[in-house]
Amino acid sequence: MNPAIQAMITMIVGIGGCIVYFYGANLLLDKVLFPAKGPNAGRNINRANMIRPWLFLLPAILALGLYLAYPVFATLRLSFLERLPGNEYAFVGFENYTKMFAEPKFTEAMINNVLWLMVVPAASTALGLLVAQLTDRLPWGNVAKSIIFMPMAISFVGAAVIFKLVYEARPVDVAQIGILNHLYLTFGGDEPQQWLTIPFWNNFFLMIVLIWIQTGFAMVILSAALRGIPEETVEAAIIDGANPVQIFFKIKIPQITSTIVVVWTTITIATLKVFDIVFAMTNGQWETQVLANYMYDKLFRAHDWGMGSAAAMIIMLMVTPILVWNVYNARKEMR
Amino acid sequence: MPGVSMNKVIKKYGDVQVIHGIDLEIDDGEFCVFVGPSGCGKSTLLRMVAGLEETTEGQMHIGERNVTKLDPSDRGVAMVFQTYALYPHMTVKENMGFGLKMNGHPKPEIEEKVAEASRILKLDEYLSRKPAALSGGQRQRVSIGRAIVRGPDVFLFDEPLSNLDAELRVEMRVEIARLHKEIGATMIYVTHDQVEAMTLADKIVVLRLGNIEQVGAPMDLYRDPDNKFVAGFIGSPAMNFMDGKVVDGGVEIPNIGMTVPAPIATAYKGHDVIAGLRPEHLSIDPKGDALTVDLTESLGGVSYAYLSGATGEKLVVEERGDDRVSEGDKVGLSFEPERMYLFDAKTEQRIRG
Repeated sequence: MNPAIQAMITMIVGIGGCIVYFYGANLLLDKVLFPAKGPNAGRNINRANMIRPWLFLLPAILALGLYLAYPVFATLRLSFLERLPGNEYAFVGFENYTKMFAEPKFTEAMINNVLWLMVVPAASTALGLLVAQLTDRLPWGNVAKSIIFMPMAISFVGAAVIFKLVYEARPVDVAQIGILNHLYLTFGGDEPQQWLTIPFWNNFFLMIVLIWIQTGFAMVILSAALRGIPEETVEAAIIDGANPVQIFFKIKIPQITSTIVVVWTTITIATLKVFDIVFAMTNGQWETQVLANYMYDKLFRAHDWGMGSAAAMIIMLMVTPILVWNVYNARKEMR
Repeated sequence: MPGVSMNKVIKKYGDVQVIHGIDLEIDDGEFCVFVGPSGCGKSTLLRMVAGLEETTEGQMHIGERNVTKLDPSDRGVAMVFQTYALYPHMTVKENMGFGLKMNGHPKPEIEEKVAEASRILKLDEYLSRKPAALSGGQRQRVSIGRAIVRGPDVFLFDEPLSNLDAELRVEMRVEIARLHKEIGATMIYVTHDQVEAMTLADKIVVLRLGNIEQVGAPMDLYRDPDNKFVAGFIGSPAMNFMDGKVVDGGVEIPNIGMTVPAPIATAYKGHDVIAGLRPEHLSIDPKGDALTVDLTESLGGVSYAYLSGATGEKLVVEERGDDRVSEGDKVGLSFEPERMYLFDAKTEQRIRG
C-alpha cells in the first residue's frame, strides 16, 4: 500500500477513534449510567459531572502512565539487577550504586554537573535579563532580540558542531578556521590551542554552547516580564530620585522575581540533562564527563543496564526537587 | 511655598504639537485643577511640570527656580498617580520612605517623617503591610503619604480618584481638601470630573486640545464662562444650548418658540447666536405647549425633565417642589432673561451684553 494512504488511514482511525471514544463515553454516561431523568435526575446529573472529567482524562492518564510512569519504575527495578549470560537477571541490591560511586569517572561527572549547574543557569539568566533590559527601548531592539533568540531554533548537536568550528585548531603555519585560535594568535598567542582538551577550562568552553542557546530563552521570557511592570512604578521611582541602576535593581527586578525563578529553574533542568553537547564535542574525554553522557556510556556502550539505570536514577533524583519548585513557581506566577 | 509659573510652554512629539504655548501662573499654596475632556493635554501638562515629559519650548519655573531642564527628582515635586503606582514588593512604610532613602536621608529622619505622614493619613496600623493587602482607598492614601513624606514644594495629582468607587471618591475628595488646608502646599490636580474640579479648586484651568480655554475661580467659571466650551463643561447637568437669531429687542429661539429680551448691541442684529441656559435656571410653565417631556429622572430632592422642542433640540430642566411633570406632557418654559448666556454661533465665544 502507498505509505501516504497508510498515513491517511492511520490518521483517520486515530482521530476517529478519539471522537468515538469521547462522544460514546459521554453518551454512555448521560443516557445509560446516570440518565438525567426519573426520580433521581438531580443526583444523577451531579454524579455524571463528577465522573466526566476522569472519563475524558482517562486516555491521557493511561498514555502518560505507560510512557512516563512505567519507565521510571522499570528503571528503578533495573538499577537493582545484574544481567547474566543467557538473558538472566540477578538481584544485586545496591551493588550497582556502590560500584558506580567508586568509579572516578562518575565522581568527575558529578563534579562537572554541579559546575554546569552553578554556571549555566546563572549566566544565561543574567545575560538574558541584561539583553532584555538593554534592548527594551531601542528602535532596533527587536532585531537584536531576534538574532539573540535564534540559537533557540538550533539543535544542541547543531550548536555543538558550530562551536567545534569556533574552537577548531589547525597547524600553526596554516590559516586558522577556528575564530578563537585566530584571535588567540592575532593577540600574541604562540601556537594554536586544542581548547577542548585543556582540562577544567574545557568544561567552560562546553558551557558556553548551552549559555549561547539558553540566553535567548531567558531573554524572551524576561523581556515580556519587564514589559509587564507598570510604567507608573518606574515613573514614581524617577520622581523619588532613583537613578537608572537603582530603578533596575530596586524597582524592576523585585517585581519580576518569580519570573526570574521560573527561568532559572527551567534552565537548571535543561542543564542537568545536558548530553548532546558533551556527546558531540568531547564525548566526556579530557575530564568533561557529565551524568547524562555517563549514563549513555554505561547503557549503550558498555551495555551495563544495571549501572546505566542507577545513573539514570541519580539524574532523576537531582531533577525532581528543582522540577517541583519550578512548577510551584510557575503556578504562583499564573495566579 | 513656591508657586508654579509657565511661560509659552510647548510640547511636541516629533512633528505633532500637543500643547500649544501655555502661559499660566499658579500662586503659592494654591489648589489648581486642570480639567478637560480626554486628550485635551491636561495629563501631559502635569507630567511636564513633574519632568516626566520634556518641555519642548518655553520656560517652567517653580518658585524662583527655572526647572525647565531639571530632572524630576530635582524639581521638588511629588506625584500621586491614578493607578497608585505603589512598589508592590515593599511594605507601606518602605513605599513611603523610598524617596528619602534614595536621596540619602538618615534612617531616624525617614522614620520620623513616615510616622508623621501616616498619622495625618491614619495609616499607622497598615505600615508593615504590602500594597496587595490594602483596599483601593488605602492604596491611594499610601500614595499620597509617599508624596507628603518627601516634603515637596508642589504636589501633583494625576486623576487620583478615578480608580475608586463613587462613595470612596467623595470621601477621598474631602480628605484631599483637608490635606491641602493642613499642609498648605501648592497642588496641581488633574481630573476630567468637573465635580472634583468645582469642589477642590482655588483655581480651575479648563483645557481643550492643548490650549487653555479659561482660567478662574470655580464660581467665576460657572457664572461667567468665556465661551461655549467652558459653559458646557462646568456645571452638572450641562448647560442647554439652542440656536437663536438676534432680532429687535432680543433673541429669537425657534426651539421654544420664544423671543427672549436681551441687552444686545444693535450691531448684532440678524446675527446667528447660540443661547445657553442652565437647567437650574429654568422652570416649567404648565400653561405653555411648545415642548414635549421625553423623560424624567427623579433623584428625590430634584428631578430632571428632558424636553424636546419645535426644532428637535433637547434640553434639561431641573425641578424642585411637589408639582413635577411626567413623560408625554406638553409644557412651556419660563426663566429670567438675564440668566441667558449668548455665544457667537461661529466662533462660540461669549457675547457679553
